[in-house]
Amino acid sequence: MINYDLVVVGGGPAGMAAALKAKECGVERIVILERAETLGGILEQCIHTGFGLHYFGEELSGPEYADRFIQQVSASDIDVKINTMVLGISDAKVVTAVSARDGLMKIQAKAVILAMGCRERPRGALTIAGTRAAGVLTAGTAQKYVNIDGYMPGKKVVILGSGDIGLIMARRMTLEGAEVKLVCELMPFSGGLTRNIVQCLNDFNIPLKLSTTVIKTHGRERLEGVTIAKVDDKLQPIPGTEEYIECDTLLLSVGLIPENELTKASMISLDRITNGAVVDEMRQTDHDGIFACGNVLHVHDLVDYVTLEAQTAGEGAAEYIKNPVNTDDMKYIDTVPENGVRYIVPQKIRLGEDKDVKLYFRVGAVFKNKKVVVKADGELISSKKKIKLAPGEMENVVIPADVLKKLDAGSSITVRVED
Amino acid sequence: MIYDVAIIGAGVSGAMIARELSKYNLKIALFEKANDVAMGASKANSGIVHAGFDAVPGSLKAKLNVDGCALMPQTCKDLSVPYKNNGSLVVAFSEKEMKTVWELYYRGIANKVPGMEIIDKTELQIMEPNISDEAVGALLAKTAGIVCPYELTIAAAEVACENGVELFRNCRVAGTETTDECVIMNTTVGKFKAKYIINATGVHSGHVAQRAGDNTINIIARKGEYYLLDKSVGNLVSKTIFQCPSDMGKGILVAPTVDGNLIIGPTAADIPDEDDTSTSLDGLKEVRTLATKSIPSVSTKYAITSFAGLRAHDASTDFVIGQSKSNPRLINVAGIESPGLSAAPATAKYVENIIVSLFPGVTLKEHYELKRKPPVRFRHMTDEQRAKIIEENPKYGNIICRCETITEGEIVDAIRGPVGAMDVDGVKRRTRAGMGRCQGGFCGSKVVEILARELGCDVNEITKFGKTSRILFDKTK
Repeated sequence: MINYDLVVVGGGPAGMAAALKAKECGVERIVILERAETLGGILEQCIHTGFGLHYFGEELSGPEYADRFIQQVSASDIDVKINTMVLGISDAKVVTAVSARDGLMKIQAKAVILAMGCRERPRGALTIAGTRAAGVLTAGTAQKYVNIDGYMPGKKVVILGSGDIGLIMARRMTLEGAEVKLVCELMPFSGGLTRNIVQCLNDFNIPLKLSTTVIKTHGRERLEGVTIAKVDDKLQPIPGTEEYIECDTLLLSVGLIPENELTKASMISLDRITNGAVVDEMRQTDHDGIFACGNVLHVHDLVDYVTLEAQTAGEGAAEYIKNPVNTDDMKYIDTVPENGVRYIVPQKIRLGEDKDVKLYFRVGAVFKNKKVVVKADGELISSKKKIKLAPGEMENVVIPADVLKKLDAGSSITVRVED
Repeated sequence: MIYDVAIIGAGVSGAMIARELSKYNLKIALFEKANDVAMGASKANSGIVHAGFDAVPGSLKAKLNVDGCALMPQTCKDLSVPYKNNGSLVVAFSEKEMKTVWELYYRGIANKVPGMEIIDKTELQIMEPNISDEAVGALLAKTAGIVCPYELTIAAAEVACENGVELFRNCRVAGTETTDECVIMNTTVGKFKAKYIINATGVHSGHVAQRAGDNTINIIARKGEYYLLDKSVGNLVSKTIFQCPSDMGKGILVAPTVDGNLIIGPTAADIPDEDDTSTSLDGLKEVRTLATKSIPSVSTKYAITSFAGLRAHDASTDFVIGQSKSNPRLINVAGIESPGLSAAPATAKYVENIIVSLFPGVTLKEHYELKRKPPVRFRHMTDEQRAKIIEENPKYGNIICRCETITEGEIVDAIRGPVGAMDVDGVKRRTRAGMGRCQGGFCGSKVVEILARELGCDVNEITKFGKTSRILFDKTK
């Protein structure tokens, strides 16, 4: 058995920021377990810029953003094990991990931070009829082939889903000489950032067809084309609107799912909407000493927010290692999403918290000229006018410490969209 | 050179026959038109071992189904193939359907199916708590099971090859000419001769028979569409849940798979194109609708993939197995639709008897092995076993497929095996890498890399399943 104070599962932006913050807060023995061959996570393949505007106040590429943290980790005495997969976490926080170099490891941790990131929703999750030809892949997989491996996964491309990775790949494939015919989006709005729609589609004259989906793939060996169709308000294809598009590649950017297999196996409660753990303001799950942050907790729009959230988790874990409080003895204030707000993270706030708490949330549809209204036990806390709210962009509100102080266990803070 | 026996088609029937015949002092070839074995109906079916009450009493289907069902547990054990004796239920939703259930029961008695019982609504609900409230009773068949159909085929082909059977892949038999001594086969890789040919070509068996001078086989391709659901809903049912059968087959089933997923399907539609395994919006909708009739809580929200397979339905409705009357050098194994998988071990023995009778005095090899060495399955190992095997070969410590916990060592084994994987889907069927909930999103590119390294080619030559199904094009700018 190996002993560490803190085991961080995942060495992407969340894992690194959490580990560094915990170190800063005085945690001595920390190890990051990373399944890939390098630290940095998905940032390593995101060679476009747009990272770091909020956190560093400058525009960096993915690898540049990651590198700033990698340098700090290397300069610290945080241990890093790459090519290492975590297979399980016991109730007593014994982490079982495996690698070719170290074999099977049992690591006893005082606290664990889950930072496994997310994965892309595959074709099977959608009902696309047709053949099972080669050439249908997720946008992220295509991004790895192009940016890391240096190979083109196709030449004539249709993209289904206007999530950020799909938009980024529309531009990337175009720059590499592929013909991107169009981007289809099932919903009447894009799930991606506005800046990406402008810079990745509009600037390259790539059409974005809203309320449109791919209903069929053609070609027996390599993809030869797809049939697209308009959808109605129930998102069902409208007969008569079918159109055949010739292509050899279909990229899917149809959503990200937090990778919570380990979390589920550890019997940690998950939020039905975020598909991530239910956490308090320090990002502690309902399992004592197990924290979660980054895209494994909820899918973020910007890595800058991942970093900030991970620092909170790192601080929380450090606090727990010094003073392990049993969560059964804690009392909480609930945060409740209402009327247009899909989810809020954190889902609960410890009673007695003496700092301001920032609530992150996403809305369920596009809203224009509305107000974000926050109430505590029915009493108005704040009301802020917003020109636009979109599901693709994460929003936040701050709950001041003096408001929290006045609340009791079982109180609730609601966030809602109002006229 | 003349082969004693050439088996055309490396599906479950062809591979199981090859394995059974490989113990004799016979020179045997196994021809497969695809890049891998198990590429037709054997990779796209329900994976059910039927008890044997469906087929008409006295038919070959009935006999081989019941015999095959009895042989399957030991066969799977010998081949280290996942099998589970989970039992099946044919559920009635009305008193009228209850009559059908009783008819099936008596048909089963006539077919000598052991372990059947009629159960009432209460017993059914205790057995399967998620069953529809509309269900009024069911036929329980305790001998039914589930099996991984492609792994069974691969394992049988591996054993056959280890015993000396020669497997030719990407080798389509385009035409045959029968002489006094042999059958000459013109294939996509050259001419071959064999004293006898076994036609185990599934949905194509009508054409193959015809080219050999036998016009009696009329195969109709009957498409079945399926959804495969995530392991998180794999325990929604414990037994295979059938609805009452119709003229088109056994209807939509809901069943667990040996790997812990849930399978729902198949539809049944006769189609003109015997290579068309595409799914349709209507077909998939039918699966969704009918599956919820049995298990209302089934939701394709948990779907990880959908696919279609083709049943080789013969107009006679029975299996057509035996020496052709028009060409004695042709042995047909045709019309192998459901329960072809269940029957396969018995079909192999049935064909073995025919071949033995055609080679009087044929002897058994001095050395042969019908068992397969169990492949490494890291995910099923204890931590102690894991620690030990990584020490022996560190490649078993490198997890490639996160969703299914598949190691590099297992992938290398699959490529280097006796019937080695030559493409991404081949690795997937042998190891389950890419078969989990992300469907190869993370591990796909790593599998491509390992294949290229092991096969000594460039990554852009690697295909999904042979021919032009390449994954990558040229290098980037």
